[in-house]
Amino acid sequence: MREGLELVQRALLEADVSFSVSKEFMARVTDQATGERVMKSLDPSQQLVAIVHQELIALMGPVDHSLHLKGGLTTVMLCGLQGSGKTTTCGKLGRTIQQRGRKPMLVAADLQRPAAINQLQVLGEQLDLPVYADLSAKDPVKLCHAAVRQARGTGVDVLILDTAGRLHVDAELMAQLAQIDNRVQPEQVYLVVDAMTGQDAVNSAKVFNEALELDGVIMTKLDGDARGGAALSVKAVTGVPIKFVGTGEHLDALEEFHPDRMAGRILGMGDVLTLVEKAQQEFDQEEMQKQEARLRKGEFTLDDFKKMLGQTTKLGPINKLMGMIPGMSGMADMVGDLDAEKDMRRLVGVIDAMTPEERRNPSKVIDQSRRRRIAAGAGVEPHEVNELVKQFDGIADIMKRMSGMGIRDRMRMMKEISEGGMLHPGAQIARQKGSTGKRLTPRERANLKKQREKEIRRKKRETKRNRKK
Amino acid sequence: MGLFDKFKQGLTKTKQLLNTDIRDLFKAEGRLVDEAFLDELFEALIKTDMGVQAAQETVEEIRTAFRARVVQMQEVVERIKEKLKTLMQQPAAPIDFAASGPTVIMVAGVNGCGKTTSIAKLGRMFLADGKRVVLGAADTFRAAAVEQLTIWAGRLGAEIVTGPRGSDPASVAHRTVAKALEIGADVCIVDTAGRLQTQQGLMQQLTKIHRVLGKQIPEAPHEVLLVLDATTGQNGISQAKHFTDAVRCTGIVLAKLDGTAKGGVVVAIRQQVGLPVKYIGVGEKAEDLALFEPVPFVDALFDDVALA
Repeated sequence: MREGLELVQRALLEADVSFSVSKEFMARVTDQATGERVMKSLDPSQQLVAIVHQELIALMGPVDHSLHLKGGLTTVMLCGLQGSGKTTTCGKLGRTIQQRGRKPMLVAADLQRPAAINQLQVLGEQLDLPVYADLSAKDPVKLCHAAVRQARGTGVDVLILDTAGRLHVDAELMAQLAQIDNRVQPEQVYLVVDAMTGQDAVNSAKVFNEALELDGVIMTKLDGDARGGAALSVKAVTGVPIKFVGTGEHLDALEEFHPDRMAGRILGMGDVLTLVEKAQQEFDQEEMQKQEARLRKGEFTLDDFKKMLGQTTKLGPINKLMGMIPGMSGMADMVGDLDAEKDMRRLVGVIDAMTPEERRNPSKVIDQSRRRRIAAGAGVEPHEVNELVKQFDGIADIMKRMSGMGIRDRMRMMKEISEGGMLHPGAQIARQKGSTGKRLTPRERANLKKQREKEIRRKKRETKRNRKK
Repeated sequence: MGLFDKFKQGLTKTKQLLNTDIRDLFKAEGRLVDEAFLDELFEALIKTDMGVQAAQETVEEIRTAFRARVVQMQEVVERIKEKLKTLMQQPAAPIDFAASGPTVIMVAGVNGCGKTTSIAKLGRMFLADGKRVVLGAADTFRAAAVEQLTIWAGRLGAEIVTGPRGSDPASVAHRTVAKALEIGADVCIVDTAGRLQTQQGLMQQLTKIHRVLGKQIPEAPHEVLLVLDATTGQNGISQAKHFTDAVRCTGIVLAKLDGTAKGGVVVAIRQQVGLPVKYIGVGEKAEDLALFEPVPFVDALFDDVALA
């Protein structure tokens, strides 16, 4: 159990969850994990994962996706460090609000970075949204105030302020932000946080929250492979909900935040947990148990393989499934090209054309004439039968090796396999070669032969003697 | 203000936090090295973003060397410093200039890490050295990225080559090198659009830009600098790995080191990818760029502790 807890803490730290937050979190999980509930459960490691998952969700919840738009003019202010993605998020948010039937206006209040105003204007053009900009302005506080006045005159009912990026230790610029907050009194203030932020996330979020009283957080750049532990840190220090996540450079890539998905991601399982849950619902429980029993014995036949294929197809389109796993969304497109489902149906067809004996022991039983018969029966080329048998050998080998492992080793192995596969999409699962034993010298071989012959002669003599008696 | 002072100034914030922690650790002189002590040390190291692996290794080293002993703070600090210095060692010359003709520098990184600003700073530094500089605005994707670099080029007095938004960045890169050759420039710095290292298509595009840069000058690009945001956590390792795979990075520019972030992930990157840090960014102004020096970097982190 302690080993499991250490693994979880390591996973959190590697995901960039702040040290103090992870420490508190671990204390809470340890309390629960050492309680009666886990001791009695059948599989403590699974139970631990479940507790950790639940706690993570609890810590990152509750969910509040509402932008709290009022009847009249609502002002939303975005702030954050340099390069966290404020301007892009400003555009995305404008688009979302526009789609809800409101009339947003973007306010270019970043007078610091060269061409920041221009960037927002381009986004406004793309989205067909008005942008309030004043190229001669020097004071963002006045500019924001002027924007509010202009908005009241026109039909605009939501203002989104894109403020300049600033360091939380820059007292002057932080004071300026507080001034804008005072003067404009925005209904909602959102901190934009880069998902890749490390241990420093707590420091900056804390200072921003103290200066402005944040209402929410928007996390950006979640389309990469960052595990996003900063989400946990920021939620823990500010206590405000994470509203949205940015998942791409395009203006429609803004999604509502889901703590359950984030929890899995932080633990390094991507959406694998979601996948597991989905799988659990769909899988025929009884069938699972039968297979599990067989797996434990190290038996794995083409029939099992077929069932596996069948169950995977039951989960839904494989492209979508792959898309749910972060970092594999690129693979989904590739799989799309290969048309995985059609391939799967072909494989099932080939297996259906086999006799039970052939399914049990394909590599030994299937010879050339059987191969031709199966191919004809399934309507495929004979070499495809061969490929299937080869692939099956690889998988069967893995299954056999896995049969002796605990859940963690299995997970690790699955990870290795999928990583290997991802790096070489064309690669097949290779069968691990067994030992061929010691290579003998000609002399040793001659000796062994001599011994064998001697033994045979001895046995012959014995049978002769027995017969005489 | 010399480069060294600037460097130290940039690290002051970083230093303060780590120093306080370390001093806390060694409050009473000659503390017993036990599990609690090692845990505190681990925490201090983790907070630098150096990563679990590097922190654990450091703690293990201290454990084997000092376990169950009463230590002087000087001893432990020296030990950690020594380890970090060896880890971060690198050749003294940051930029490998071409023997003749323009030196081509390609700059890459994820979105919002500070590429364009870093390029402006690099450009200013080369101009200050009396070199002729051409900037290539090959970020044709992000809105107003070209304008941003153009404004910088105007401020610095550097030549710039641009292309319309949405055009092929490789063609801008090609024309930048052509321009550098044409006017006999000494240095040519090519900006690229920010991209996450997991976007395969965009990474291939980057490889193409890299290839195109070598069309007119076979050795080009002479340097490929990865700009890394100092606030980045462990994802920095993945960034370093993937960008190095795509365009054979030669070094890192560690931007935004003027906050409280420690940028310690470069330690893990050095350890796992071998990529050295060449420059650090310590502010928003064009002159806020300093040479990365491992010895003062590590020394600055532990400065007060060693003196106390």
